[in-house]
Amino acid sequence: MNNRIKDYLELFLTFFKIGSFTFGGGYAMIPLIRNEVRRKGWLEDEEFMDMLAVAQSMPGPVALNTALFVGSKRLGFKGSLFSGAGVILPSFTVILLIAAVFTQFKDNPVVERIFKGIRPAVVALIVAPLSSLGKSAGVRWKNLWIPVVVALAVWRLNVSPVYIVLAAILLGIFRFICLMKRGVDK
Amino acid sequence: MELLHLYLTLFASFFKIGLFGFGGGYAMLPLIQHEVVATHQWISVSDFTDIVAISQTTPGPVAFNSATYIGYSAVTEAGFSSGYGVLGSAICTFAVSIPSLILMTIATAFFLRLKNNPWIQSALSVLKPAIIGLIASAALILITPYNFVDYKSYIIFGAVLVASVRKINPILLIFLAGAAGLILY
Repeated sequence: MNNRIKDYLELFLTFFKIGSFTFGGGYAMIPLIRNEVRRKGWLEDEEFMDMLAVAQSMPGPVALNTALFVGSKRLGFKGSLFSGAGVILPSFTVILLIAAVFTQFKDNPVVERIFKGIRPAVVALIVAPLSSLGKSAGVRWKNLWIPVVVALAVWRLNVSPVYIVLAAILLGIFRFICLMKRGVDK
Repeated sequence: MELLHLYLTLFASFFKIGLFGFGGGYAMLPLIQHEVVATHQWISVSDFTDIVAISQTTPGPVAFNSATYIGYSAVTEAGFSSGYGVLGSAICTFAVSIPSLILMTIATAFFLRLKNNPWIQSALSVLKPAIIGLIASAALILITPYNFVDYKSYIIFGAVLVASVRKINPILLIFLAGAAGLILY
């Protein structure tokens, strides 16, 4: 019994630590999680990489999905509750403090000047990884129209990304059915 | 009653963000923007940009960061006390996590069957390029007169873009851009 509690606590603390020290979005957490999982012998590396692929194809923050499957593999559903809480709590605490303070100082002229400089930088940080992300997502000349149409639809026509996601999934399934039919005809 | 309604709307919005936010990170931005800026107008475009900036310099995925921040600010801006704001934060953060919890529990159980499932692979073959389009739209949506006030904004944009492609640490770049803003404006 005591050991069980220790195991849950260890899961929680490991992910709390990872959640506290990875700045700059969820993707920064993945190598740290991989390291910890390998060091503690929780999962084989190959299994981890396979599960990572599944976690990345599911909706939701990738860092949370990764934490959830490691917790769940290790100690079942309850384990995933502990690893999930661990990875969420640090950012929750930090952002809550910032929200409480920042909403007071937002209109301060010095803060406003700083953020005037930061805002265009944020847009640049989103644009910068696009081409390398595109390559690893399998974007080539022949399917370049997909990201272009999506970007224009969301930006200009204000189409909800919910419909984009549903349409992309349906189109992918439709493509599979067409390919299968062609296979049967042969 | 009004507060309860606000909590329910926040919950529904962030549940939706968790459920349809494929690709993680920046790919979730247009969806978050669509819900919190365009549909419910809980915050302005420039506030939303500030949240992305804050998210880059603090731990945690941007989806959580926005959930926690907007949960607090939407409730307090509606005139309720900060205690209710904290509860709003907790509700949004919880809501954005539930879809992941359910889906990953199922995925872990059926992992072997999911791994090489041709239906899923085929759906992903269109979804992945679409996600790149979503990230691009996040950038396009944020190019507004509020975020780009004059030519100096475009100089900062260009400099950070070049530096970021060359793998300079994004946190450092945000601090430098903040310093530039302080000097230039």
